[in-house]
Order: sequence, then C-alpha cells, then structure tokens
Amino acid sequence: MTTGQNTNSHARRKRVANLILVGLAIVLVALAVLSFLVGRYPISPDKVVAMLAGQVFPVDPFWTDQEATIFFNVRLPRVVMAALVGCCLASAGAAYQGTFQNPLVSPDILGASQGAAFGAAVAILLGFASFGVSAMAFVFAIVTVLIVIAVAQAARGNQVLTVVLAGVMVSSLFSAGVSFTKLIADPADQLPAITYWLMGSLTSAKPADVTMAFPPMLAGLVVLFVLRWKINILTMGDDEASTMGVNTKALRVAIILAATLVTAASVAVTGMIGWVGLVIPHLSRMLIGSDYRKLMPASMLMGAAFLLLVDDVSRLATTAEIPIGILTAFIGAPFFLYLITREGRKRK
Amino acid sequence: MSVSIHDLDFSYGSHHVLKGINVDVADGTLVNVLGPNGTGKSTLFRCILGLNKNYRGTIIVNGKDIRALSIRERAKEMAYIPQSHKPVYDYAVLDVVLMSAGASAGMLFSPKQVHVDRAYGALERVGIGHLADRPYTQISGGEQQLVLIARALAQNASTIIMDEPTSALDYGNTVRVLSRVRQLAEEGLTVIQSTHQPDQAFLYADKTLVLHEGEVLAYGTPKETITAGLISKIYGVDVEVNSLYDDKVRVCVPTNEIEHK
Repeated sequence: MTTGQNTNSHARRKRVANLILVGLAIVLVALAVLSFLVGRYPISPDKVVAMLAGQVFPVDPFWTDQEATIFFNVRLPRVVMAALVGCCLASAGAAYQGTFQNPLVSPDILGASQGAAFGAAVAILLGFASFGVSAMAFVFAIVTVLIVIAVAQAARGNQVLTVVLAGVMVSSLFSAGVSFTKLIADPADQLPAITYWLMGSLTSAKPADVTMAFPPMLAGLVVLFVLRWKINILTMGDDEASTMGVNTKALRVAIILAATLVTAASVAVTGMIGWVGLVIPHLSRMLIGSDYRKLMPASMLMGAAFLLLVDDVSRLATTAEIPIGILTAFIGAPFFLYLITREGRKRK
Repeated sequence: MSVSIHDLDFSYGSHHVLKGINVDVADGTLVNVLGPNGTGKSTLFRCILGLNKNYRGTIIVNGKDIRALSIRERAKEMAYIPQSHKPVYDYAVLDVVLMSAGASAGMLFSPKQVHVDRAYGALERVGIGHLADRPYTQISGGEQQLVLIARALAQNASTIIMDEPTSALDYGNTVRVLSRVRQLAEEGLTVIQSTHQPDQAFLYADKTLVLHEGEVLAYGTPKETITAGLISKIYGVDVEVNSLYDDKVRVCVPTNEIEHK
C-alpha cells in the first residue's frame, strides 16, 4: 500500500522535473527566435521565417540581398554558435563538478582554456588565418588536458586531488606562456588580436566555424548525456562508487575526455567565455535538484538559453559590441556572490 | 562460507599493517570487529572489498576469489556501508538508494522501473519507506545510516561490510540502527562491522573478531573472546566484565572509575 503511494510521489517528482525541462526548452526556442530578429540591423519575423523556409521550399524573395547576407552569414551562425557554446560549457561544468565532487569547479579546471589561449596566441604570432587560430586553440586545449591526466596518473594518492592540482599547475604554465607571447607580439596588430581573442566573442562566428566545431561538440555532448546517471554515483567518492560496481577510473576518464572535447571546441571558436560553466550548473541544481539524470539536460538547455540572452544584450547594449566573455563575467560573478551569501543566510 | 580469509598480509609501503590473518565467516553471521584505532580494521575491510589490491594471501567471498572478480562482479557479492558522511550534492533518499543499481549493467546503463521498485522495497525493509522523497541531507544521522543500509540491500549482495556504522550517531539512533542490522543478519545476510564498543558486541554480534597490531588476537563468540584480560591488553584499560539478565548480556565497566566512587 505504502509502496503505491511512494511510487506515486516518485512519479510526481519525475513529472515536475520533466515540466521544468520542457519549460526550459520553450524559453530556449523563444530566445533563439528573438535572437534572429534583433541586432544593429533588425530583420522582421516574417522575413526570417520566409528565408528559413526558402531553404527547403521555393519562396519568392521579398527580402533584400543584404538582409539575406546578414541573416545567413552573420546572424544564423552566431545564434547557433551561442546556443551550442552555452550548452557545451554548462554541461562540461556540470560534469566536472560531479566527477571532482567539487561545486566550485568550472570547465577550465584542467587547463583547457589556458591551453587553448596559448595555442591561439602562438597561431596569431605565426600569422595564421582565423581557421588556423581556432584549430591551434582546439589542439592545444586537448593536449593540455591530456598532459594533466598523464601527470595525475603518474602521481600517487587521491586521484581527484592530483588531477585538480595538476590542472592548476599546467594551467599556470600555459598562462605564463600566453603572457610571454604577448610580450613578444607586435604591439600594432598581433597584441590587440591576442587580447581580443582572450576576451571571448561570438562576433566573428562564421558558418565555417559552426561546421568545424559541431562534430566534436556533438560527440562530447552525447557521451555526457548518456553517462549522466553514473555521475551521481561518482559524487559519493571513489571507494563507495567502486563498491557499487562502478569502474571509477574508466568512468572519470571518459567524462573528462568528453567534457574536454566540448570545452575545447567551444573555446577554439569563441575564445574564453567564463562563468557559464560554473554558474549555470548551480542554477540548474537549484531549479531541478542534483540528480544528474535531470541536471545534465537542464544545464544544457539553460546554458544555451543563457548565452543567447547575454549575446543579445551584447549586441543591443552598445554600438561597439562588448565581448561576451566580459559580459558573462559581469553578470555571472555578482550573481554567484549573491548566491553564496544567500546560502549563508539560509544556514543561520 | 561467506568470507574466508587465508594468510592475509598487507603493507602500506614499509608499514606492515595486516599480518597473517586467517578468518572464516559463516553465512548469516553478524561479526563485530573490535580493536583500537590504527590496528588494521579499515585496511582489512578495504582488502575484502577489493579496494586494496596488493595483498598477499587469499580472500574468498561466497566461494569466489575476489582477485578474479571484476568491479561489477564484486559489487554483486558484497555491499559496503561507509561511516555516515555528508554528500557534496543533495539527492532525494530514493536517488541515493538507486545508486545501488550501478552494478546492474554496463557503462551506458541508467535505472529502470524495476530498480525503482527494488529501491522502494529496500527502504520499506528497513522501515523508512516514508522518507523516499525527502532530501538526504535533511534527515537525521540515524535515518541516513538506514538509507545506506537500504542501498546495500538493494544491491542484492549477500555480504555487507560496515565500517563503524554508528560512530557518529547518538544513543537512540545507535540502538535503532544496530537492531535493524541484527534483524538483517537473522534474515540470512552476512554482516561484518567494526566497532569501538565491546558492549555492542555482547548485545548484537554472533562472533567477535579482535584485531591487535595487525594480528587476530581472538575470534569466537563475544562471551568467549571479550574478557577483562583482553580489553586490558588491547585498550590499556582495566575493566570488569559483568553479566546481566542471567548472563543473556554482558557489560564492561572500567574498574578505575568504580574505585573512585
């Protein structure tokens, strides 16, 4: 009898969580549509719909060529990229926070961002075009994390601690490398290019960037989504998880690699966008709870929606666009401080 | 035989922790492991659970050499209940119990309705079905320990290893948790748990394993093993062992304290 009631309350909890996910998806779609319309050159909704439909059906163009160019070459890739990058950074952050049993961890904990920054800075010094810069950033991000994992495997002791420590150390090494490239960069053109890259921006997102970044992003996101329930067990600590039948080492490496793949792909095309990976998983946790079966999709949806929103703000706020990396920090940091002080008040 | 340990030796570097341990635990037995801090109780448990791999000797659980078992196969033979601890993230009680399904299938698995039902059944069995949807961090320490016991039950293993399950609990919760454990042993589960209280062994255990400086000092029924001489030897405290209720139960009282009364 009681089991029946319990099963009902469990089913209710599940329904509420599903409703929240549907709500987040609706918000995401609405923001995506809004993002198509707004900008320095607003495009009316009927034209957006007609241009998209025109890709499949024959539609007589009633829009100008300029509008079509803006839409397909600037706005569409930018919107897609914002949503993808937000989704990737938030899910990678959620995954890392689980595997390292530490809620203060963000996607760049293992040095992916600093590695990417160094790769990009070197590429800019060598005079690579934007594709080369992205490719170098991607490769260096992956290599950095592989170095971190190798160091942690070679070290003795608590795996969680050694991975994070190795990440911090390798990060600082590459950070020094970035400083060094800035020192020797040509202050007329290379130095500003490096500086702008480090700020993180979606302004330069091109269709080619989307096609390049999409495959690794998709691969990583699928892995994180499929493994999400096992992250619950990993948060109980390695000994406990292992006695519950989980191969903690293999699982952790799989999650780290997947999270690194999506982080590297994101950082490679947009530069450093901070805070999304730290703050969004926390927001999602407050909204939907800690169970990764719900938390992972919630983080993905919320991350995508958040970055679309911030990108809209960055497009509309000023004529000289504020790089999105700065805006996310401006919004993310105070919000985070508010959250932790609120938690403190709740305790009292 | 649930657990058979033969000539078990284990060292952390040059520190020789376990020396020639030989113990047989029959099915459905509740064994209390007694011994001062640092005497190797946790190390022994870690060896049995397969968490410490570089031991010498053999450990057979339910007829299987644990060296030959995969992580998942081990989890089907034994469940582990740690000291109660606060998890980093807050899960619903049911979700904590559901984690026991980790042994059920491979990497890509996530729990199905059958596992949810099993988790509810386990919670009912330890008498806390009504807590299923409460947040784990908002229930009492005793209830948390019962949740971990339910999780071990839902794992469907016949042997349960508990490391000082009541060390952080108040008196009432200690009694409630241990009598539940006693009941599970009567239902056929094998339970091996460490404790610091000789009185608990008298009350709840079928057998007492006394570890001292990495060796088995005594192994037998609590009445045979726990004597004034033994307590004095392992803890350095002089006690008088008294019997109550026609020797149904015994208690240890430090004699030094009586002399001062």
